[in-house]
Amino acid sequence: MRNNSVIGWLLAAPLSLVLLVFLVLPIAMIFVVSFWGATEWSIYPAILLDNYEFLLTSDVTYRVFFNTFKYAAITWAFTLLIGFAVAYYLAFHIRSLTWQIALFLLCTIPFLTSNIIRMISWIPFLGRNGIANSTLISMGVIDEPLEWLLFSDFSVILAFVHLYTLFMVVPIFNTMMRIDKSLIEAAADSGATGWQTLRHVIIPLTKSGIMIGTIFVVALVMGDFITVRFMSGSQSANMGRLIQNDIALLQYPSASATAVILLITVLLLIGTLLRFVDIRKEL
Amino acid sequence: MNQKIDLELISLTKRYGATVAVDAISYHFSAGTYACLLGPSGCGKSSTLRMIAGHETVSDGSITLGGRDISDRPPAKRGTAMMFQNYALFPHLSVRDNVAFSLKMKGVDKITRNARAHELLELVDMTAMADRLPAQLSGGQQQRAALARALITKPDVLLLDEPLSALDPFLRIRMRAELKKLQRELGITFVHVTHGQDEALALADEIVVMNNAKIEQAGKTRSVFDAPKTTFVARFLGSHNVVAMPKGLVAVRSDALKVTTDKAAKLPGTITNIEYQGTHVALTASVPGEQEVTALLSDKEFFGNPKELGEAIGLDWEAEAAHALAG
Repeated sequence: MRNNSVIGWLLAAPLSLVLLVFLVLPIAMIFVVSFWGATEWSIYPAILLDNYEFLLTSDVTYRVFFNTFKYAAITWAFTLLIGFAVAYYLAFHIRSLTWQIALFLLCTIPFLTSNIIRMISWIPFLGRNGIANSTLISMGVIDEPLEWLLFSDFSVILAFVHLYTLFMVVPIFNTMMRIDKSLIEAAADSGATGWQTLRHVIIPLTKSGIMIGTIFVVALVMGDFITVRFMSGSQSANMGRLIQNDIALLQYPSASATAVILLITVLLLIGTLLRFVDIRKEL
Repeated sequence: MNQKIDLELISLTKRYGATVAVDAISYHFSAGTYACLLGPSGCGKSSTLRMIAGHETVSDGSITLGGRDISDRPPAKRGTAMMFQNYALFPHLSVRDNVAFSLKMKGVDKITRNARAHELLELVDMTAMADRLPAQLSGGQQQRAALARALITKPDVLLLDEPLSALDPFLRIRMRAELKKLQRELGITFVHVTHGQDEALALADEIVVMNNAKIEQAGKTRSVFDAPKTTFVARFLGSHNVVAMPKGLVAVRSDALKVTTDKAAKLPGTITNIEYQGTHVALTASVPGEQEVTALLSDKEFFGNPKELGEAIGLDWEAEAAHALAG
């Protein structure tokens, strides 16, 4: 017995060590630094609530917070809609496994290039004299270039949806593939229409996949700063941009405080989501 | 029962590309019959059932129920209900909601549909389990829930796809008796697909033996068992010996064989195996033409006149016990 428990600890040690050094320690460090003090030219160890006080009393924080949630919510809605449709098509309309795998791999091809490249490639498309505008003008749909196509909330959300839809497709597809096809037949046997089958059988059984996809997308969007910066042309901000700004100005304590608040927010959000679904069933 | 709700298959055909899964079969199921489609896997029995249910399109021919052609109707508009092999209970719904599912789809209000579900659960003796999820039920309980769900649509024909195959042998025999009892009480037609001949014999009023996409032989269970027409049927139903005689192949039931020492017996043989089966003793003998036949003797008969391995015997039977086989 005693021997076994020693072996157990030894087996768990390497991973625990890695997590401790590379996850727990940095977060602890951020937490500690968030209480430090700062002047225009220096930072000094202390236990001050200044950073939090400034953060939580500033009007900017709340606006940026709101913006962060707005991006997360809208991106979530679109990725869910598109992701569900794609996964549904792959899981229920493609009959052969070979085609399912082929089309699934096709979905992942955009991921062979970097995030930034994929993002930047939107710019010549959406720009003032870009492909979208010139096409619309030549078709006679609009007379003047649309200003809101690029460097706007529209372009930010478009880039988010483009970048993160696959994170919704994968878990939903995975849960859908586990739905016994005879359940669909049983629903048809009970007189359910296509929509009723979707609502009463497929969606409830896909809930855990939807939840995992939601966690991915929400966490990614809430923590993002680069997409917002590029696609909004530095005209809008989210929490990530706030942190990035502070770091650029070497205001580490303030950046840390913002990071702690963001971390707590995301953890609360995910904690709430997990209450709805037993995620362990999926692992 | 009512003559109107007979189920009839008229040169029903199913093709998947170039393969023919069901080859122009015709059969008339009288209303209120317990019928078994019996055959080895891949013989087309499941495709036939799924076509009747509406889960598989009909390539050719038609299916009529009560004189109406139902071949092109959606599953729920046929007057049939299907019980799936793995029961296909919705895992996220309680037993009650599973049973009430079709009523919910029709928009029946909650009180009415729960009351109706309760009636069906009473019928299958499952009211105590109404709030459980399918995963919390045993195999037999899942089957009863699936039965209740299928029957709530008041079908004229209940289609059962290998309903007993997921159960352990003990439960299989018990559920088999319950199925039969339920069918007698409801008086509707049951069409039951199985590959187990004992199951088919125990349950069916009529038996349809299928092989290679065709019906080999069909009719009243006893008349099929007593007089198999082909080698396949005789072998598949079991308890038959297929023996090559000078005039061609014949099927003789094992229990119709008499073991004698008479030189005038129809077949001389040498005992190669003696198997004690409790109430019976199975005696296997090799006979000319490198064939083996099995005679089933009652234990009294055998131990009254015991035989030894390697002993030469004669095998005899009444003329009417032998049935000439078509091939």
